[in-house]
Amino acid sequence: MSGVVPRIELRAITKRYPSVVANSDVSLTAFPGEIHAVLGENGAGKSTLMKVIYGVVKPDAGQVLWEGKPVVVHNPAHARELGIGMVFQHFSLFETLNVVENVALGLSGEPPLRPLAQRIAEVSQKYGLPVDPRRSVHSLSVGERQRVEIIRCLLVNPRLLIMDEPTSVLTPQAVRKLFETLRQLAGEGCTILYISHKLDEIQALCTNATVLRGGRVTGHCDPRKETPQSMARMMIGKDLPHPQRVAGTPGEARLVLADLTQKSPDPFGVRLDDVNLTVHAGEIVGIAGVSGNGQQELLSAISGEVPVRDRKAVVLCGVNAGRMRPGKRRRLGFCFVPEERLGRGAVPQMSLADNALLTAHRYGYVRRGLIRFAKIAAFAQTCIAEFAVKCGGPQAEAGSLSGGNLQKFIVGREILLKPKVLVVAQPTWGVDVGAAAFIRQKILDLRNDGVAILVLSEELDELFEVSDRLAVLAKGKLSPVKAIRDTNVEEIGVWMSGMWPGAAGAAPAHVSERHAPQA
Amino acid sequence: MDAIVPILAAAIAAGTPLVFAALGELVTEKSGVLNLGVEGMMLVGAIAGFAAAAVTGNLWLGALGGMAAGAAMSAVFAVLALNLMANQVASGLALTLFGIGLSAFVGKPFESVSLVKEGTFDIPLLAQIPLLGPVLFRQHFLVYVSWLLFAGVSWFLYRSRAGLVLRSVGESPESAHAIGYPVIRIRWIATLFGGAMAGLGGAHLSEFYAPMWAEGMVAGRGWIALALVVFATWRPARVMIGAYLFGGVTIAQFFAQGAGIDVTAQFLSALPYVATIVVLVIISRNVNTIRLNSPVSLGRSYRPD
Amino acid sequence: MRLKLEARPEPSRLMGYLSPLLAALLTIVAGFVLFTVLGKNPLQAFHTFFIHPIRDLNGVAELLLKASPLMLIGVGLACGYRANVWNIGAEGQLTLGAICAGGVALAYHGEESKLLLAPMFFAGALGGMLWSAIPALLRTRFNTNEILVSLMLVYVAGLLLSWLVHGPWRDPDGFNFPQSKQFSDGALYPILVEGTRLNLGFPIALAVVAMGYVFLNRSFLGFQLRVAGLAPAAARYAGFNASRMVWLGMLIGGACAGIAGMGEVAGPIGQLLPSVSPGYGFAAIIVAFVGRLHPVGILLASLLMSLLYLGGEAAQMGLALPSAITGLFQGLLLFFLLGSDVFINYRLRAVRPAVTPAAAALPV
Repeated sequence: MSGVVPRIELRAITKRYPSVVANSDVSLTAFPGEIHAVLGENGAGKSTLMKVIYGVVKPDAGQVLWEGKPVVVHNPAHARELGIGMVFQHFSLFETLNVVENVALGLSGEPPLRPLAQRIAEVSQKYGLPVDPRRSVHSLSVGERQRVEIIRCLLVNPRLLIMDEPTSVLTPQAVRKLFETLRQLAGEGCTILYISHKLDEIQALCTNATVLRGGRVTGHCDPRKETPQSMARMMIGKDLPHPQRVAGTPGEARLVLADLTQKSPDPFGVRLDDVNLTVHAGEIVGIAGVSGNGQQELLSAISGEVPVRDRKAVVLCGVNAGRMRPGKRRRLGFCFVPEERLGRGAVPQMSLADNALLTAHRYGYVRRGLIRFAKIAAFAQTCIAEFAVKCGGPQAEAGSLSGGNLQKFIVGREILLKPKVLVVAQPTWGVDVGAAAFIRQKILDLRNDGVAILVLSEELDELFEVSDRLAVLAKGKLSPVKAIRDTNVEEIGVWMSGMWPGAAGAAPAHVSERHAPQA
Repeated sequence: MDAIVPILAAAIAAGTPLVFAALGELVTEKSGVLNLGVEGMMLVGAIAGFAAAAVTGNLWLGALGGMAAGAAMSAVFAVLALNLMANQVASGLALTLFGIGLSAFVGKPFESVSLVKEGTFDIPLLAQIPLLGPVLFRQHFLVYVSWLLFAGVSWFLYRSRAGLVLRSVGESPESAHAIGYPVIRIRWIATLFGGAMAGLGGAHLSEFYAPMWAEGMVAGRGWIALALVVFATWRPARVMIGAYLFGGVTIAQFFAQGAGIDVTAQFLSALPYVATIVVLVIISRNVNTIRLNSPVSLGRSYRPD
Repeated sequence: MRLKLEARPEPSRLMGYLSPLLAALLTIVAGFVLFTVLGKNPLQAFHTFFIHPIRDLNGVAELLLKASPLMLIGVGLACGYRANVWNIGAEGQLTLGAICAGGVALAYHGEESKLLLAPMFFAGALGGMLWSAIPALLRTRFNTNEILVSLMLVYVAGLLLSWLVHGPWRDPDGFNFPQSKQFSDGALYPILVEGTRLNLGFPIALAVVAMGYVFLNRSFLGFQLRVAGLAPAAARYAGFNASRMVWLGMLIGGACAGIAGMGEVAGPIGQLLPSVSPGYGFAAIIVAFVGRLHPVGILLASLLMSLLYLGGEAAQMGLALPSAITGLFQGLLLFFLLGSDVFINYRLRAVRPAVTPAAAALPV
C-alpha cells in the first residue's frame, strides 16, 4: 500500500491525567477503506485515543496526520469538517428531543429541519438503518438509538468513522446487521476505526488491528491471521483465564418470583409483565437481555428498593417479601450487587470502611446507635485481603479505586455477609479481564457452598460461563428458563428480541432489529 | 363590571416584575443552571436602577443600570458555579444573602429620595377598546417590553437553532460537549441573561411600580419567581399566567381594604407566600410532571475534561 | 503557558481545613479594599470593625451571646444539609420558637421561678419543629421543593409575629407600641457573668454543639443522613428510609432554630417585638457552610459571624457606615468560601499548549 496516503496517522500520542497516563507514545495508521480494530481491555486507553482524534480531548504530546497532513483537531465540529464521524459508547443523544432535532444538533450550520428529515430517511434506506425521524429519542430502543448516532455521522459523508464499543448493547443478530452496514461503508472507501475488547468480533470484521495495554501499544496484527489466544496475550499479557466449575446439586427454592407484574416508577421505564422464576439453593440462574428491557425494574422489585404491591410476588427463603423494604429483605439473607457501583453500590466520597457499613451494619457493627469504627474497619480489611482489592486500606475513598477493584470490594462485602440469596447485576461490566475472572470464580464458589444466585448480564459469554440455567428478559417479559446445555448463543440471541416460542405476539421490543433486512 | 378593570390592570402591573425575573430564570434553568440568587439580583437591580435614575434623572438609564447590576451579580454566581464548580444551591443562596446586604448598604442614602412618577403609556387605538383597553394597553412602557420579552423567549426556545442548543445543554451537558458545543460558555450567557432580567424586574419595581427604595423591598418576589418557573413547568406561556395570578394575589389586600372588607392586614400580606406554597404542592404532587419537564441536568455541576 | 484547573486524584483533606481560613482571610482583604474605596483609613477601620468590639470582657460576652444562636442553628442546619435537605427557613423557625416560648412566658406572666424556663424551652423547640414540619411533610408527601416552602414560611412567620404584637399580645400599657409585655424574671435566662448580657443560652448552645458532634460523626443515624445526602440511590440500596432522613434533617434544624428563638426572647430581648432576630437564621446558613457542616467548625464559624455583627454595629457608630455592612461581609465570606473550595477537588497547574501549529507544521 506504499502508494496510498494513509487516511489517518497518529504519531506518538501521549495524554496524561492526574492519576493515570491514558495514552503513552501511541502510534497508529489506517488507510482508506480499511476496517481497523483498536483492541484493548477496559482502561487500556482506547476511548481516550479516539477522543483525541475527534477533538474532544487535547493530547499532551504527539501528532495527528489527516490524509498525510499534520492537523490539530480543535473540537468535534472541526473534526466533522475534516470528515471524521464518531459513534460514542455512551450515546451523545438528548432524550427529550426527537430524532431530527438530535441529528440537527450534530451537524454544523443551521440545517432546516424538514429537508433534514427527508435526508435522514434516505440515508437510513441506503444503509439499512430504519428509524422514524419524528420520534422522541426516549421512546427508542437502544439499537434504534445507535442507528440515530450512525445516521448522524453518515449525513456528513465521513471519510473516517470511529465506532466506540458499538456492540455492547446489541443482540448477536443486530451485531451481524451492523457489520453489514460497516462493510458497505468500507467498500465505499470510508475508513473505520473499530474499538472493542471482543476478540471474535474483531476477527469477523477487521483487517488490521492495533492492540493497547495500559495506555501503550503492545502490537499490530492482522486479526484474520491470529488466534483468539494470541490476541488475548497481546491484550492482557497472558492467557485468558477460565473459571473452574463443577457439577452442582440444586437444593430448595430460595428466590421465587410469582406473576410479578409492576409498573415502572420511571416515566421512560419498562413495565414488568407476569414474570415467573425460581432460583434454588446451589444454582446460578442467568438472565440475558439488552439493558432497558426491564432489568432495572426487575432488580429493584427483587431488592425491595421499589416494593411490590402483591406480597406473594416475591418470595425470599419461603417468606412473602413483596412489600418488604430492602432492610427487611436483607434480614432474610438477601444480598445484592447492583449494576451501578458508584452512587448505588458504594458512595464514592466515603471510605471503604464506611462503604462496608452501608450494608454490613446489621451484623453487630452498630451498638446503641453508635458506630463501632474499629470493628467495621476490620471487616473492610478482611474484605480487602480476601478479595485482593488493590487500595490504600480501609480508609481509602471508594471513588479513588479502579472499577475492577471497587467491584471486587462490593462483591466481597456482599459475599462476606454470608447470603442465602445473592443477586448480581452486570458482575464484570467495565472490569478488567483479571478481576472479571476472579469475580466469576468467587460467584461459582459461592454456588458450590449452596447459595442461590441470580446473575443479570448483557454479556452472553459471561452468562454461558457461570450459569446453570438461563432465561431472557425482553420488553418486561421473561422467557422460559433453559438449562445451559440445552441452549446456545444463537437461540438466546433470537430470544433477546422478545421472540421465544409462546411469546404473545412474539415481537414487540426489538422487532425492528429483526425486520431490518427487509427495510 | 367597571370595578374589575382597575383590579385587573393593577394585577398586570404587579405581576410584571415577576414576569421579567421568572422568564430570565427560565432561560437560565433551561441551560441546566439553577440560580437561587434571583431575590438578591432583583434587590441589587432595584437599588442600582433606582440610584441610577435618581442620579441621572433618566428612568431609562435607570432600567439599564438595573439590568447591568443584575447581570454583574449573576456573573459572580457564574464564576463560582460554572468555572469553580461550586454547589449551585449554595452559590445561589450566597448570591441572595450578598444581594440583601449589598442593596441595604448601598441603598441607605436613597431611602428618602423620591423619583418623578412615570405615567402610563397608552397605546393609541388599542387603549380605546372597551374593557381590554384599560386593562392591557394603559400600562407602563416596561409592561409592553415584558410582552416582547415573552414573545422573544418563546421564539428563541422553541423556534431557533440557538434555543435548541441551549435546551440540549440543559438536558445533557456531556452529550452537548461530546458533539462539540461550548457548554460552559452557553451556560454563562444564559446565566447573564437571567441576571439581567432579574435586575430589570427589580428596577421596574423600584422605579415604576413603587416608585421608591426601601430595604428588602423585593419582599420574596425573587423566590416567588423561582416558584413560578416550577409552577409553569418550564414553559414561558404558563409563566405569564402565573405571574399575573400572583400579581392579583399581591394586590388583593389593597382592594380588600378599599372595599371595606375587614380582614387583618397581616393575613392578606401573607397570601402570596401561602399561595406560592399551595401552587408548588399542586404542581409537584405528580413526580412525573416535574421529571418530564424540568431540564435533566438542572443544578448539576459540569466540567468538560 | 497558562494556568489550568486539574482534578486531584483524591480530594485534599488539607484544603478542606484551609479553605475556610483562606475565605476569612480574603474577606478581610476585601474589607481593606472596601474601606479604602469608601475613603476610610483601612487600618483604623479594620481595628474598629474587628478588634475594638472585643477589647474587654463585655465585648467578649457580647461575642459569645451573639454566637450562641448562630452555632445552635448552624448545627441544626448542618444535620439537614448533610442529607441534602435544604432548610433555608431557619429564620422563620426561630420566629415560631420565639412566639411559642413567648406565649408560655406571657401566659404565666408574673411567675418568678426559673422553672418556667423549662416549658418555654420545650415550647420554643416545638414551635420551630412545627414550622419545619410543614416543608418536611410537603417534601415527603407531595415531593414539594423544601427550599422554596421553608423560605416562604419565613415571611408568613414574620407576619404572624407582627399580627400578635400589633393585636392580641400587645402590651396594654405600652403606649400603643407593637410589643408585648416585658417578661417577668422567671421567664428570663439567668445571667452568667455579672455586668454583661451573657446568659445560660451560651452553655446550652455549647451542649447542643457537643451533642451534634456525637450525632453527626459517631452515630449510625448521622451516617445514614450523610449517605442520603451524598448518594440517594446508595441510601435506598442500603435500605435507609429516605422520608425519615428528610424528617430528621428538617425537625432537628427546626428544633435548634426554635430553641435559638426562645433564647432571644428569654435573653437579650426579654419580650416579643415585631422582629426578634437580626437575620440569625440566614447568617447560620453561612455558619454551617463555613464550618464545613462539622460541629467544631460551626463553633468557630459562629464566633467569626458574631464578630461581623459586632463589627457592623461598631462601624455604624465609629465609622458612620450603615450597619448593613455586616450583611455585605457575610455574603462575601460565603462567596470566598465557595470559591476556595474548588481547591479541595482541583489544583492549579501550569500547562503549555499541547501541539503548537508551528511544531505540527514541521516537515516530517
